[in-house]
Amino acid sequence: MKEELIISGRMNPNIDPYLHIWHWHIPVYLFLGGLAAGILFFAALYTIMGREKEMPTAVKWATFLVPITLVVGLLALFFDLKHQLYFWQLYTTVRIESPMSWGAWVLMFITPLSMLWAASYIKEAIPTWKWKFKILDQIEALVIKYRKALAWVMLALAVILGIYTGILLSAFNARPLWNTSLLGPLFLVSGMSTGAATIMWMSKSHHERKIMSMVDLVLIIVELFFITHLFMGFLASTAVQIEAAELFLGGQFTVSFWVFVVILGLVFPAILEIMELRGYKIPVAIPAILILFGGLAFRFIMVEAGQLTRYLY
Amino acid sequence: MRYAMAIDTRKCVGCSDCVVACQTENNVPIGYCRDWITETVDGSYPNVEIELRTERCNHCDNAPCVRCCPTGASHIVDGGSVLVTDYKCIGCGACIQSCPYDARYSHPEGYVDKCTFCNHRVVKGENPACVSVCPTKCMYFGDLDDPDSDVSNALKNRKYKALAPEAGTKPHIFYMI
Repeated sequence: MKEELIISGRMNPNIDPYLHIWHWHIPVYLFLGGLAAGILFFAALYTIMGREKEMPTAVKWATFLVPITLVVGLLALFFDLKHQLYFWQLYTTVRIESPMSWGAWVLMFITPLSMLWAASYIKEAIPTWKWKFKILDQIEALVIKYRKALAWVMLALAVILGIYTGILLSAFNARPLWNTSLLGPLFLVSGMSTGAATIMWMSKSHHERKIMSMVDLVLIIVELFFITHLFMGFLASTAVQIEAAELFLGGQFTVSFWVFVVILGLVFPAILEIMELRGYKIPVAIPAILILFGGLAFRFIMVEAGQLTRYLY
Repeated sequence: MRYAMAIDTRKCVGCSDCVVACQTENNVPIGYCRDWITETVDGSYPNVEIELRTERCNHCDNAPCVRCCPTGASHIVDGGSVLVTDYKCIGCGACIQSCPYDARYSHPEGYVDKCTFCNHRVVKGENPACVSVCPTKCMYFGDLDDPDSDVSNALKNRKYKALAPEAGTKPHIFYMI
Protein backbone atom coordinates (compact mmCIF):
# COMPACT_ATOMS: atom_id res chain seq x y z
CA MET A 1 0.00 0.00 0.00
CA LYS A 2 2.31 2.71 -1.21
CA GLU A 3 -0.52 5.25 -1.18
CA GLU A 4 -0.14 5.63 2.56
CA LEU A 5 3.41 6.76 2.20
CA ILE A 6 3.16 10.44 1.60
CA ILE A 7 5.68 11.09 4.32
CA SER A 8 8.44 13.17 2.96
CA GLY A 9 9.97 15.57 5.44
CA ARG A 10 13.17 14.84 7.35
CA MET A 11 11.06 14.54 10.47
CA ASN A 12 10.44 10.98 9.35
CA PRO A 13 11.01 8.94 12.53
CA ASN A 14 11.88 5.87 10.49
CA ILE A 15 14.84 7.57 8.91
CA ASP A 16 16.32 10.10 11.26
CA PRO A 17 17.14 7.73 14.12
CA TYR A 18 19.03 5.57 11.66
CA LEU A 19 21.37 8.43 10.82
CA HIS A 20 22.55 8.24 14.39
CA ILE A 21 23.91 4.88 13.44
CA TRP A 22 26.77 4.28 15.88
CA HIS A 23 25.87 3.29 19.39
CA TRP A 24 27.90 1.70 22.23
CA HIS A 25 29.83 -0.73 20.00
CA ILE A 26 32.03 1.86 18.38
CA PRO A 27 33.25 3.70 21.53
CA VAL A 28 33.82 0.35 23.28
CA TYR A 29 35.88 -0.83 20.35
CA LEU A 30 37.80 2.47 20.11
CA PHE A 31 38.62 2.14 23.80
CA LEU A 32 39.72 -1.51 23.63
CA GLY A 33 41.67 -0.93 20.41
CA GLY A 34 43.45 2.07 21.92
CA LEU A 35 44.18 0.13 25.11
CA ALA A 36 45.61 -2.80 23.12
CA ALA A 37 47.69 -0.42 21.02
CA GLY A 38 49.04 1.22 24.18
CA ILE A 39 50.04 -2.05 25.86
CA LEU A 40 51.64 -3.46 22.71
CA PHE A 41 53.48 -0.19 22.09
CA PHE A 42 55.18 -0.34 25.48
CA ALA A 43 55.86 -4.09 25.19
CA ALA A 44 57.58 -3.53 21.84
CA LEU A 45 59.35 -0.37 22.97
CA TYR A 46 60.92 -1.88 26.08
CA THR A 47 61.86 -5.04 24.18
CA ILE A 48 63.65 -2.97 21.55
CA MET A 49 65.36 -0.99 24.30
CA GLY A 50 66.45 -4.28 25.91
CA ARG A 51 64.78 -3.58 29.24
CA GLU A 52 62.80 -6.85 29.60
CA LYS A 53 64.28 -7.59 33.06
CA GLU A 54 63.47 -4.15 34.38
CA MET A 55 59.94 -3.93 32.89
CA PRO A 56 58.51 -7.48 33.08
CA THR A 57 54.87 -6.36 33.26
CA ALA A 58 55.12 -4.04 30.27
CA VAL A 59 56.96 -6.56 28.12
CA LYS A 60 55.34 -9.80 29.27
CA TRP A 61 52.40 -9.91 31.65
CA ALA A 62 50.26 -7.02 30.40
CA THR A 63 50.35 -8.42 26.87
CA PHE A 64 48.27 -11.38 28.04
CA LEU A 65 45.34 -8.95 28.17
CA VAL A 66 45.74 -7.80 24.57
CA PRO A 67 44.33 -10.79 22.68
CA ILE A 68 41.28 -10.63 24.96
CA THR A 69 40.71 -6.89 24.49
CA LEU A 70 41.23 -7.18 20.74
CA VAL A 71 38.85 -10.10 20.36
CA VAL A 72 36.17 -8.42 22.49
CA GLY A 73 36.72 -5.21 20.50
CA LEU A 74 36.41 -7.08 17.23
CA LEU A 75 33.21 -8.73 18.44
CA ALA A 76 31.82 -5.27 19.28
CA LEU A 77 32.72 -4.12 15.76
CA PHE A 78 31.10 -7.20 14.27
CA PHE A 79 27.87 -6.69 16.21
CA ASP A 80 27.80 -3.09 15.05
CA LEU A 81 27.62 -4.17 11.40
CA LYS A 82 24.15 -4.17 9.90
CA HIS A 83 25.00 -6.63 7.11
CA GLN A 84 27.00 -9.01 9.29
CA LEU A 85 27.19 -12.07 7.06
CA TYR A 86 29.07 -10.01 4.49
CA PHE A 87 31.83 -8.85 6.85
CA TRP A 88 34.41 -10.87 4.90
CA GLN A 89 34.06 -8.34 2.08
CA LEU A 90 36.46 -6.23 4.17
CA TYR A 91 39.21 -8.64 3.26
CA THR A 92 38.55 -8.76 -0.46
CA THR A 93 40.02 -5.31 -1.11
CA VAL A 94 42.59 -2.90 0.24
CA ARG A 95 41.26 0.64 0.12
CA ILE A 96 44.06 3.09 0.86
CA GLU A 97 41.63 6.02 1.15
CA SER A 98 39.38 4.35 3.71
CA PRO A 99 40.55 4.39 7.35
CA MET A 100 38.19 1.53 8.13
CA SER A 101 39.93 -0.64 5.55
CA TRP A 102 43.29 0.21 7.12
CA GLY A 103 41.89 -0.68 10.51
CA ALA A 104 40.49 -4.01 9.32
CA TRP A 105 43.83 -5.01 7.83
CA VAL A 106 45.91 -3.84 10.78
CA LEU A 107 43.67 -5.84 13.12
CA MET A 108 44.09 -8.83 10.83
CA PHE A 109 47.85 -8.72 11.49
CA ILE A 110 48.12 -7.36 15.00
CA THR A 111 45.61 -9.75 16.61
CA PRO A 112 47.53 -12.96 15.73
CA LEU A 113 50.81 -11.18 16.45
CA SER A 114 49.62 -10.24 19.95
CA MET A 115 48.56 -13.86 20.50
CA LEU A 116 51.98 -15.13 19.44
CA TRP A 117 53.67 -12.59 21.66
CA ALA A 118 51.65 -13.51 24.75
CA ALA A 119 51.92 -17.26 24.01
CA SER A 120 55.70 -17.05 23.86
CA TYR A 121 55.70 -15.91 27.50
CA ILE A 122 53.27 -18.54 28.81
CA LYS A 123 56.09 -20.85 29.93
CA GLU A 124 57.56 -18.04 32.02
CA ALA A 125 54.20 -17.41 33.65
CA ILE A 126 53.33 -21.09 34.16
CA PRO A 127 56.59 -23.11 34.39
CA THR A 128 54.76 -26.44 34.07
CA TRP A 129 53.10 -25.43 30.79
CA LYS A 130 53.54 -27.92 27.92
CA TRP A 131 52.42 -27.32 24.32
CA LYS A 132 50.34 -30.23 23.04
CA PHE A 133 51.74 -30.23 19.51
CA LYS A 134 55.34 -30.11 18.46
CA ILE A 135 54.69 -27.43 15.86
CA LEU A 136 53.66 -25.04 18.63
CA ASP A 137 57.05 -25.54 20.26
CA GLN A 138 58.71 -24.73 16.95
CA ILE A 139 56.61 -21.58 16.52
CA GLU A 140 57.47 -20.52 20.05
CA ALA A 141 61.17 -21.02 19.35
CA LEU A 142 60.86 -18.91 16.20
CA VAL A 143 59.05 -16.09 18.05
CA ILE A 144 61.74 -16.07 20.74
CA LYS A 145 64.52 -16.12 18.14
CA TYR A 146 63.10 -13.22 16.13
CA ARG A 147 61.61 -11.30 19.03
CA LYS A 148 63.42 -8.03 18.32
CA ALA A 149 62.29 -8.02 14.69
CA LEU A 150 58.72 -8.82 15.77
CA ALA A 151 58.93 -5.99 18.30
CA TRP A 152 59.69 -3.50 15.52
CA VAL A 153 56.72 -4.77 13.48
CA MET A 154 54.51 -4.63 16.56
CA LEU A 155 55.65 -1.09 17.37
CA ALA A 156 54.64 0.12 13.92
CA LEU A 157 51.34 -1.76 13.93
CA ALA A 158 50.51 -0.52 17.44
CA VAL A 159 51.03 3.10 16.38
CA ILE A 160 48.87 2.60 13.28
CA LEU A 161 46.17 0.91 15.38
CA GLY A 162 46.23 3.70 17.97
CA ILE A 163 46.12 6.52 15.41
CA TYR A 164 43.51 4.72 13.36
CA THR A 165 40.99 4.79 16.21
CA GLY A 166 41.05 8.58 15.88
CA ILE A 167 41.41 8.84 12.12
CA LEU A 168 38.38 6.60 11.73
CA LEU A 169 36.35 9.51 13.09
CA SER A 170 38.37 12.41 11.69
CA ALA A 171 37.91 11.22 8.10
CA PHE A 172 34.24 12.22 8.14
CA ASN A 173 34.00 15.82 7.09
CA ALA A 174 30.22 15.68 7.46
CA ARG A 175 30.62 15.52 11.26
CA PRO A 176 32.44 18.77 12.12
CA LEU A 177 33.34 17.68 15.66
CA TRP A 178 35.35 14.76 14.31
CA ASN A 179 36.74 16.46 11.27
CA THR A 180 40.06 17.59 12.69
CA SER A 181 43.41 15.98 12.01
CA LEU A 182 44.25 16.37 15.71
CA LEU A 183 41.90 13.51 16.54
CA GLY A 184 44.40 10.86 15.35
CA PRO A 185 47.25 11.94 17.65
CA LEU A 186 44.80 12.66 20.48
CA PHE A 187 43.32 9.15 20.36
CA LEU A 188 46.80 7.64 20.05
CA VAL A 189 48.05 9.46 23.14
CA SER A 190 44.87 8.66 25.04
CA GLY A 191 45.17 4.97 24.09
CA MET A 192 48.82 4.89 25.14
CA SER A 193 47.89 6.53 28.42
CA THR A 194 45.25 3.86 29.15
CA GLY A 195 47.84 1.21 28.22
CA ALA A 196 50.41 2.72 30.57
CA ALA A 197 47.80 2.89 33.34
CA THR A 198 46.99 -0.80 32.91
CA ILE A 199 50.67 -1.79 33.06
CA MET A 200 51.13 0.41 36.13
CA TRP A 201 48.12 -1.21 37.79
CA MET A 202 49.28 -4.78 37.04
CA SER A 203 52.91 -4.26 37.97
CA LYS A 204 54.25 -5.72 41.22
CA SER A 205 57.62 -3.98 41.05
CA HIS A 206 57.89 -0.56 42.62
CA HIS A 207 60.53 0.52 40.12
CA GLU A 208 58.42 -0.40 37.09
CA ARG A 209 55.35 1.28 38.55
CA LYS A 210 57.34 4.45 39.02
CA ILE A 211 58.58 4.44 35.43
CA MET A 212 55.09 3.78 34.00
CA SER A 213 53.64 6.41 36.27
CA MET A 214 56.12 8.98 34.92
CA VAL A 215 55.41 7.91 31.32
CA ASP A 216 51.69 8.20 31.99
CA LEU A 217 52.12 11.63 33.50
CA VAL A 218 53.85 12.87 30.35
CA LEU A 219 51.11 11.34 28.19
CA ILE A 220 48.40 13.02 30.28
CA ILE A 221 50.11 16.40 29.90
CA VAL A 222 50.36 15.90 26.13
CA GLU A 223 46.71 14.88 26.05
CA LEU A 224 45.62 17.96 27.98
CA PHE A 225 47.66 20.07 25.58
CA PHE A 226 45.96 18.39 22.60
CA ILE A 227 42.49 18.91 24.10
CA THR A 228 43.24 22.61 24.59
CA HIS A 229 44.45 22.79 21.01
CA LEU A 230 41.38 20.93 19.79
CA PHE A 231 39.06 23.58 21.20
CA MET A 232 41.30 26.46 20.12
CA GLY A 233 41.17 25.02 16.62
CA PHE A 234 37.39 24.63 16.68
CA LEU A 235 36.78 28.15 17.98
CA ALA A 236 39.04 29.61 15.28
CA SER A 237 37.33 27.59 12.56
CA THR A 238 34.07 27.70 10.60
CA ALA A 239 30.53 28.09 11.95
CA VAL A 240 29.87 24.35 12.04
CA GLN A 241 32.99 23.66 14.10
CA ILE A 242 32.30 26.55 16.47
CA GLU A 243 28.88 25.01 16.97
CA ALA A 244 30.52 21.63 17.61
CA ALA A 245 32.81 23.17 20.26
CA GLU A 246 29.83 24.84 21.91
CA LEU A 247 28.40 21.41 22.72
CA PHE A 248 31.31 21.20 25.19
CA LEU A 249 31.43 24.85 26.20
CA GLY A 250 28.00 25.33 27.70
CA GLY A 251 26.14 22.74 25.62
CA GLN A 252 24.82 19.36 26.61
CA PHE A 253 28.21 17.64 26.94
CA THR A 254 29.85 20.32 29.09
CA VAL A 255 29.49 18.57 32.44
CA SER A 256 30.15 15.02 31.26
CA PHE A 257 33.24 16.03 29.30
CA TRP A 258 34.94 18.42 31.68
CA VAL A 259 34.06 16.52 34.87
CA PHE A 260 34.44 12.88 33.84
CA VAL A 261 37.04 13.12 31.09
CA VAL A 262 39.21 16.11 31.91
CA ILE A 263 39.03 16.44 35.71
CA LEU A 264 38.40 12.85 36.89
CA GLY A 265 40.06 11.14 33.93
CA LEU A 266 43.15 13.30 33.46
CA VAL A 267 43.83 16.07 35.98
CA PHE A 268 42.98 14.18 39.18
CA PRO A 269 44.97 11.01 38.32
CA ALA A 270 47.85 13.22 37.24
CA ILE A 271 47.83 14.89 40.65
CA LEU A 272 47.69 11.47 42.34
CA GLU A 273 50.65 10.30 40.25
CA ILE A 274 52.68 13.40 41.13
CA MET A 275 51.90 12.85 44.82
CA GLU A 276 52.96 9.21 44.52
CA LEU A 277 56.22 10.15 42.83
CA ARG A 278 56.82 12.58 45.69
CA GLY A 279 56.59 9.69 48.14
CA TYR A 280 52.96 9.72 49.31
CA LYS A 281 51.38 6.26 49.60
CA ILE A 282 48.50 6.08 47.14
CA PRO A 283 46.99 2.76 45.97
CA VAL A 284 48.00 2.52 42.32
CA ALA A 285 44.56 1.20 41.38
CA ILE A 286 42.94 4.60 41.97
CA PRO A 287 44.74 6.63 39.28
CA ALA A 288 44.71 3.60 36.94
CA ILE A 289 40.95 3.07 37.19
CA LEU A 290 40.29 6.80 36.83
CA ILE A 291 42.43 6.96 33.67
CA LEU A 292 40.76 3.89 32.15
CA PHE A 293 37.31 5.19 32.98
CA GLY A 294 38.20 8.63 31.61
CA GLY A 295 39.43 7.08 28.37
CA LEU A 296 36.22 5.12 27.95
CA ALA A 297 34.07 8.17 28.76
CA PHE A 298 36.07 10.27 26.29
CA ARG A 299 35.29 7.87 23.45
CA PHE A 300 31.61 7.58 24.34
CA ILE A 301 31.25 11.36 24.47
CA MET A 302 33.16 11.97 21.23
CA VAL A 303 31.18 9.36 19.27
CA GLU A 304 27.87 10.53 20.71
CA ALA A 305 28.51 14.27 20.31
CA GLY A 306 30.05 13.93 16.85
CA GLN A 307 26.88 12.42 15.49
CA LEU A 308 24.92 15.48 16.60
CA THR A 309 27.09 17.88 14.61
CA ARG A 310 26.42 18.46 10.94
CA TYR A 311 26.56 20.88 8.07
CA LEU A 312 23.84 23.48 7.97
CA TYR A 313 22.18 24.53 4.77
CA MET B 1 29.32 12.64 -19.54
CA ARG B 2 28.18 13.94 -16.17
CA TYR B 3 24.62 13.52 -14.99
CA ALA B 4 23.19 16.30 -12.88
CA MET B 5 19.84 17.60 -11.72
CA ALA B 6 18.53 21.12 -11.54
CA ILE B 7 15.54 21.98 -9.37
CA ASP B 8 13.56 25.17 -9.66
CA THR B 9 12.77 26.20 -6.10
CA ARG B 10 10.34 28.80 -7.44
CA LYS B 11 8.22 26.15 -9.12
CA CYS B 12 8.36 23.40 -6.50
CA VAL B 13 5.22 23.28 -4.38
CA GLY B 14 6.41 20.49 -2.08
CA CYS B 15 3.71 18.04 -3.15
CA SER B 16 5.93 14.97 -2.47
CA ASP B 17 5.04 13.33 -5.76
CA CYS B 18 8.77 12.78 -6.38
CA VAL B 19 9.04 10.98 -3.04
CA VAL B 20 6.19 8.61 -3.79
CA ALA B 21 7.37 8.04 -7.37
CA CYS B 22 10.80 7.04 -6.07
CA GLN B 23 9.35 4.73 -3.43
CA THR B 24 7.22 3.02 -6.07
CA GLU B 25 9.84 2.84 -8.79
CA ASN B 26 12.62 1.57 -6.54
CA ASN B 27 10.52 -0.55 -4.21
CA VAL B 28 11.76 1.41 -1.20
CA PRO B 29 10.69 -0.37 2.02
CA ILE B 30 7.70 1.08 3.82
CA GLY B 31 8.63 3.97 6.09
CA TYR B 32 11.85 4.85 4.29
CA CYS B 33 12.61 7.24 1.47
CA ARG B 34 15.51 8.08 -0.83
CA ASP B 35 14.36 11.63 -1.48
CA TRP B 36 12.46 14.07 0.67
CA ILE B 37 11.11 17.62 0.81
CA THR B 38 12.72 20.32 2.90
CA GLU B 39 11.07 23.61 3.68
CA THR B 40 13.33 26.45 4.82
CA VAL B 41 11.83 29.58 6.28
CA ASP B 42 14.01 32.67 6.35
CA GLY B 43 13.41 36.00 8.04
CA SER B 44 10.65 37.16 10.36
CA TYR B 45 7.15 38.36 9.71
CA PRO B 46 6.26 40.24 7.53
CA ASN B 47 9.43 39.68 5.52
CA VAL B 48 9.41 35.91 5.29
CA GLU B 49 10.79 33.81 2.51
CA ILE B 50 10.02 30.14 2.12
CA GLU B 51 12.11 27.86 0.00
CA LEU B 52 10.91 24.39 -0.90
CA ARG B 53 13.47 21.88 -2.01
CA THR B 54 13.28 18.29 -3.03
CA GLU B 55 16.51 16.75 -1.76
CA ARG B 56 18.34 13.51 -2.40
CA CYS B 57 21.88 12.19 -2.83
CA ASN B 58 23.97 14.89 -4.51
CA HIS B 59 26.04 12.40 -6.52
CA CYS B 60 29.17 14.30 -5.57
CA ASP B 61 32.33 14.38 -7.65
CA ASN B 62 34.43 14.22 -4.51
CA ALA B 63 32.17 11.77 -2.74
CA PRO B 64 33.19 11.21 0.92
CA CYS B 65 31.01 8.09 1.08
CA VAL B 66 32.98 6.45 -1.72
CA ARG B 67 36.26 7.52 -0.14
CA CYS B 68 35.55 6.05 3.28
CA CYS B 69 33.86 2.81 2.16
CA PRO B 70 36.12 -0.04 3.34
CA THR B 71 34.94 -2.60 0.81
CA GLY B 72 34.36 -0.58 -2.35
CA ALA B 73 30.59 -1.20 -2.15
CA SER B 74 30.02 2.54 -2.66
CA HIS B 75 31.30 3.42 -6.09
CA ILE B 76 30.90 5.88 -8.94
CA VAL B 77 29.60 4.62 -12.29
CA ASP B 78 29.82 6.14 -15.77
CA GLY B 79 27.99 9.42 -15.71
CA GLY B 80 29.09 10.21 -12.18
CA SER B 81 26.24 8.59 -10.25
CA VAL B 82 27.16 7.17 -6.84
CA LEU B 83 25.80 3.66 -6.29
CA VAL B 84 26.00 0.95 -3.60
CA THR B 85 26.54 -2.72 -4.40
CA ASP B 86 24.37 -4.42 -1.79
CA TYR B 87 26.30 -7.71 -1.58
CA LYS B 88 29.59 -5.86 -1.00
CA CYS B 89 28.17 -3.63 1.74
CA ILE B 90 28.90 -4.78 5.29
CA GLY B 91 26.64 -2.17 6.89
CA CYS B 92 29.41 -0.49 8.87
CA GLY B 93 27.76 2.92 8.62
CA ALA B 94 30.90 4.83 7.62
CA CYS B 95 29.22 6.28 4.51
CA ILE B 96 26.17 7.35 6.52
CA GLN B 97 28.47 9.25 8.88
CA SER B 98 30.44 10.75 6.02
CA CYS B 99 27.51 12.24 4.07
CA PRO B 100 26.92 15.96 4.72
CA TYR B 101 23.46 15.59 3.16
CA ASP B 102 22.35 12.61 5.27
CA ALA B 103 21.28 11.02 2.01
CA ARG B 104 21.88 7.41 3.03
CA TYR B 105 19.98 5.10 5.30
CA SER B 106 20.35 1.56 6.53
CA HIS B 107 17.99 -0.73 4.60
CA PRO B 108 16.09 -3.19 6.83
CA GLU B 109 17.99 -6.01 5.12
CA GLY B 110 21.25 -4.55 6.44
CA TYR B 111 22.99 -2.89 3.55
CA VAL B 112 23.04 0.85 2.95
CA ASP B 113 20.60 2.25 0.44
CA LYS B 114 20.30 5.59 -1.32
CA CYS B 115 19.18 7.44 -4.46
CA THR B 116 20.70 5.91 -7.60
CA PHE B 117 19.73 8.76 -9.94
CA CYS B 118 17.50 5.95 -11.27
CA ASN B 119 20.49 4.53 -13.09
CA HIS B 120 18.38 1.65 -14.44
CA ARG B 121 16.11 4.16 -16.22
CA VAL B 122 18.81 6.63 -17.18
CA VAL B 123 20.86 4.05 -19.10
CA LYS B 124 17.77 3.47 -21.25
CA GLY B 125 17.55 7.18 -21.97
CA GLU B 126 14.65 7.86 -19.61
CA ASN B 127 14.49 10.45 -16.85
CA PRO B 128 14.67 9.43 -13.18
CA ALA B 129 11.24 8.57 -11.75
CA CYS B 130 11.08 11.70 -9.59
CA VAL B 131 11.77 13.99 -12.56
CA SER B 132 9.31 12.28 -14.85
CA VAL B 133 6.34 12.60 -12.46
CA CYS B 134 6.87 16.17 -11.21
CA PRO B 135 3.51 17.93 -11.78
CA THR B 136 5.03 21.42 -11.89
CA LYS B 137 7.95 20.22 -14.03
CA CYS B 138 10.38 21.89 -11.68
CA MET B 139 13.08 19.24 -12.03
CA TYR B 140 15.50 18.96 -14.91
CA PHE B 141 17.83 16.03 -15.47
CA GLY B 142 20.53 15.41 -18.02
CA ASP B 143 24.16 15.51 -19.04
CA LEU B 144 25.96 18.57 -17.74
CA ASP B 145 28.67 18.18 -20.39
CA ASP B 146 26.10 18.47 -23.17
CA PRO B 147 25.23 22.17 -23.62
CA ASP B 148 21.84 21.28 -25.09
CA SER B 149 20.63 18.93 -22.35
CA ASP B 150 17.62 19.83 -20.19
CA VAL B 151 19.78 20.48 -17.17
CA SER B 152 22.28 22.69 -19.03
CA ASN B 153 19.47 24.72 -20.60
CA ALA B 154 17.72 25.11 -17.26
CA LEU B 155 20.83 26.47 -15.59
CA LYS B 156 21.81 28.81 -18.45
CA ASN B 157 19.88 31.89 -17.50
CA ARG B 158 19.20 31.37 -13.84
CA LYS B 159 21.02 31.92 -10.60
CA TYR B 160 21.54 28.64 -8.80
CA LYS B 161 23.22 27.16 -5.77
CA ALA B 162 24.33 23.79 -4.48
CA LEU B 163 23.90 22.59 -0.89
CA ALA B 164 26.83 22.91 1.53
CA PRO B 165 29.46 23.51 -1.18
CA GLU B 166 31.84 24.33 1.71
CA ALA B 167 31.87 20.62 2.52
CA GLY B 168 34.08 20.27 -0.56
CA THR B 169 32.08 17.41 -2.01
CA LYS B 170 31.31 19.04 -5.40
CA PRO B 171 27.59 18.19 -5.34
CA HIS B 172 25.64 17.78 -8.59
CA ILE B 173 22.12 18.76 -7.58
CA PHE B 174 21.59 22.44 -8.33
CA TYR B 175 18.84 24.58 -6.89
CA MET B 176 17.69 27.51 -9.01
CA ILE B 177 16.84 30.44 -6.80
